[in-house]
Order: sequence, then structure tokens, then C-alpha cells
Amino acid sequence: MTTDAWFAGVTSDESDGPDDTDEAVAHIREGRADAPADWPAQAVESGFAATEEEYYQKLRAATLAAARTAAAERERADDKQLVHAVRAMDDAERTANELAERLAEWAGTLFDDAGSGVGYARELAGREAETPAEQPVVSFAGRVADLADEADDLREFIERRAPDVAPNLAEMAGPVLAARLMSLAGGLDALAKKPSGTVQVLGAEDALFAHLAGRATSPKHGVIFTHEYVRGTRSEDRGSAARAFAGKLTLAARVDHYGDEFKQELHDDLRERIETIRARADEGDEDGGDDE
Amino acid sequence: MSDRDQSLPSGVERRTFDERERLATQGLPVYGEPTDGDWRVWDAGRSKLGAMLELGMDTGLVGDETVLYLGAASGTTVSHVADFAGPTYAVEFAPRPVRDLVGVAEDRDNLFPLLKDARKPETYAHVVEADVDVLVQDVATRGQARVAARNAQFLRDDGRLLAAIKARSEDVTADPSDVFDDVVDELAEAFEILETTRLDRFHDDHLGVVARPK
Ligand SMILES: C[S@@+](CC[C@H](N)C(=O)[O-])C[C@H]1O[C@@H](n2cnc3c(N)ncnc32)[C@H](O)[C@@H]1O
Repeated sequence: MTTDAWFAGVTSDESDGPDDTDEAVAHIREGRADAPADWPAQAVESGFAATEEEYYQKLRAATLAAARTAAAERERADDKQLVHAVRAMDDAERTANELAERLAEWAGTLFDDAGSGVGYARELAGREAETPAEQPVVSFAGRVADLADEADDLREFIERRAPDVAPNLAEMAGPVLAARLMSLAGGLDALAKKPSGTVQVLGAEDALFAHLAGRATSPKHGVIFTHEYVRGTRSEDRGSAARAFAGKLTLAARVDHYGDEFKQELHDDLRERIETIRARADEGDEDGGDDE
Repeated sequence: MSDRDQSLPSGVERRTFDERERLATQGLPVYGEPTDGDWRVWDAGRSKLGAMLELGMDTGLVGDETVLYLGAASGTTVSHVADFAGPTYAVEFAPRPVRDLVGVAEDRDNLFPLLKDARKPETYAHVVEADVDVLVQDVATRGQARVAARNAQFLRDDGRLLAAIKARSEDVTADPSDVFDDVVDELAEAFEILETTRLDRFHDDHLGVVARPK
């Protein structure tokens, strides 16, 4: 049936411009048919195209646009998966560490060589329990190790996916920090809309509220502190580094959200800027403070 | 008659690159393959259909046909298909490779990319025409025979299914020959099997299948 065809109801008049392309794209993306038919012939019969050759040209334009927009939309939707994954990873890591502490305390009562941390849990999990009293401890260690493994798997997932979802942000911040920024903002779209001053203190909400309540100085950086660009800059210059970094991160998030292309200049600019800020330390400090 | 290899469709030739005979098609390069003028190498090591041709399977391809290609990924193989075939519909369901596939299609007049799931032909039957000459399938996912059966409706009566079956996609632990037997049995419900050849020289644990609708 011609009514099922992707071009059904799409006007053939070129002068209608972008509207019919939008319509055609929507049909390609959302339409359905129970069975294929000789669409090129029907398109010519119905007057949608003058010739089959022209039909294929129109088909090409519509499928290209549909595939492009559908792929971009689906990829963007993947940011929500990253947000959940990074939250789950943080929970799994924190819980594994807490349980590892509990384990260390318990194991200390049974084994002379008891250690601590997740590493010790992994080691203990690989052992055979020699007495009935050791059994629950070794089993518990196994759970801790599994949880830590899960956190590692989640980290791997994030490292693999983030560069597809947000290539510039992932390159600049590293995949995990990129996911964390998206998580704190509530998604890539939300991050792309935030001013850079907000991005700079994302994750420092407690400190920010304390500041607003008059109980503390304003925070210079939030979660971006974990990045080498900020942490690795001497403390007098950290505010400048955090501001420069947040500025470029904001741009990266916008390029990823609206554009999708990898922009090398963005990364080169930032590297230069950080180098300049750090060079102050060697220049004997004449303008070591914040350049606000 | 030219001395052209009779098992190759027109538009595909064996040409010498770096003193080696390689398959080649004419078109803009896509994946960094060696080129010579407007000819570019069709790397059988990166393409299962390329391997099927390289191994001399009788694909029935002559050139200029209408093709439905399932599992196009970023377009490595389907770009060569579009070089020698007519209208070529390329279905791929992962968004990331489709971004690249769109780039490949932008350089070609007859390649139509579709971000669709090959297990749901009703979502593209309003776009893909009936009676295509060739159905190429390289989906590397569980249920490969079922995907082919569901898409048989697009093929003309004497059309060809050219499928690459990946054993590990069906069962990672089973012996590949057992997996292939099962998949071919299942394919035989909807198709008449014309030829099967292991592609191991180029692709480990893959089987090439040529078939036509029953
Ligand atoms: C081995 S790769 C294909 C390589 C490609 N044919 C080439 O040679 O250039 C398999 C592709 O099939 C896709 N795929 C798997 N299941 C699919 C489905 N149900 N629908 C569409 N594509 C699918 C995968 O996303 C992947 O890109």
C-alpha cells in the first residue's frame, strides 16, 4: 500500500523547503509497513518523483538526514546510562571499602597476618577456610572482592562509553570525571547549559552553601579538583587553573551536546593556558594571585 | 570477453598493490586502505564478503544489483558493495558506527543508511523496496538464522542471501562446526542452501553461506 510508504503525504514540491525534509525524516524514522513494495515505481506513479532516479536522490537525502539525527539522539541518550553507571560505581567502591574495613577488623581476630583494604579482601577470598570459624570470614571476603570487581567493571564500561557519548569532554576531563560531571549536572544536556562558574564548583555544594550562609570562604573548585590540571597546580594558582579548566570543560560539553565533532584546538588551548598559569611559579610570583 | 575473473561482479577486480593481487573497487577510500588511482583495496581480512569473493565462492553477484545489507557497522564492506552495486540499503542498529556510516554514504549516491534493528523488518519495510537482488548479512549477533529468515521477504524469487555466520555470536563455548550445523539447518527452513565455506583463512570461526529463497 502506498499509504505505508515513507514518502506518503510528503509533498514533492521542492520549494516547500526544510519542512518536507523534516516530515520525510520523521516518516523514515517512525514509519512502518507490514511488507516492502515497489516503492520507486509507486513514488513515480504518485508523482512524488518524476523518475526513479529522482526518487533515489530524494531517498538518499531523507535517509542521510534521518540516520544522522537518529544516531545523534540515541548517542546523547546514552549520557543517562553513564550517569547511572558512575553513581553505581561510586556506591560500589565506597561500600566495598566500608566492608573491607569491617572485614579487616574481623580477620584480625583470626589471622596473624591480617591486612586491610580491598586488596586484602581479594587475597583472603582466594584462600581455603581451614576451620569452621574461618569460613564466614572468607566467604565475606569473597563478597567484598566481588563488589570491588563490579566497581572495576563499571569503571571499564565508563571508560569505553564516555568517549563515544562526549568525545571532547572525555578527552579533556578523562572518561570518569566526564561522567561524574554529567552525573552532578543531571546529564550532558544539563551540563552544556551551565555557566562555567557553576561547573567549577560542581560537587562542592556543601562548601558553597556554607559560603552562602556566611560560614566559609567561597569554594574554588568542586569535583574537578581530582584532575591533575587543578590538583597538580600549586595552591596559590589553583583558583586560576580551576577557572580555566572549568571554562574549557563548559565549551567541551557544549560542543559534544550541540556539535559532536572532536575539536583539537580546544584541548591545545587549555594545555597552553595551564602551562602559562604554572609558569608563574617559576617567574618568582609577581602575579601569583587569582587573575579575576 | 575480457580476462576478468568470472566469479567477480563487474566493478570488482583483482589488481596489483605492492606486488600482491588484491580485490579492489572504484570509489573514495573509507578505512585507510591502499589506493591506486580511483581503485582501492577491498581488504578480505576486514570484510567477510570480501573473503567470500577472495575464496572463490559463487556469490552470483554480477554488478549493479539492488542490495539490502544487514549489519553495516561503520561501512567498511558496504562501501565496496555500493561501489559496484546499484541502490544499496545499509541497516545498522548501533548509533556510534552509524555516525561513520553516514560519512561513507555522503560520498556515494546509491548508499542509503538506516539506523534500524534487523530483527524488526517492519520498521524499514516502508523504506526498503521489494524484490532486492541480494541480501547481505553480517550481524554477528545471536539468532543469525532468524534475522535472515525475517528479511527473506525483501528478496526476489531468485535472489541471493550472502551471509557471514559468526560461531561465537551463537555460543562461545560450543565447537564452531556444531554451531554452523545448527545455523545452516535453521537457515534451510527458509532458504535453499547453495554453498557454504569456512572463512577461517581471513576470519576465525566464521562460515560464509550462499543461499536463495525457497
Ligand atoms: C561484524 S559487524 C559488521 C561489519 C561490517 N559488515 C563490515 O564488514 O564492514 C556486526 C554489526 O552488526 C550490528 N548488528 C548486530 N545486531 C544487529 C541487529 N539486530 N540489527 C542491526 N545491526 C546489528 C552490530 O552493531 C555490528 O556493527
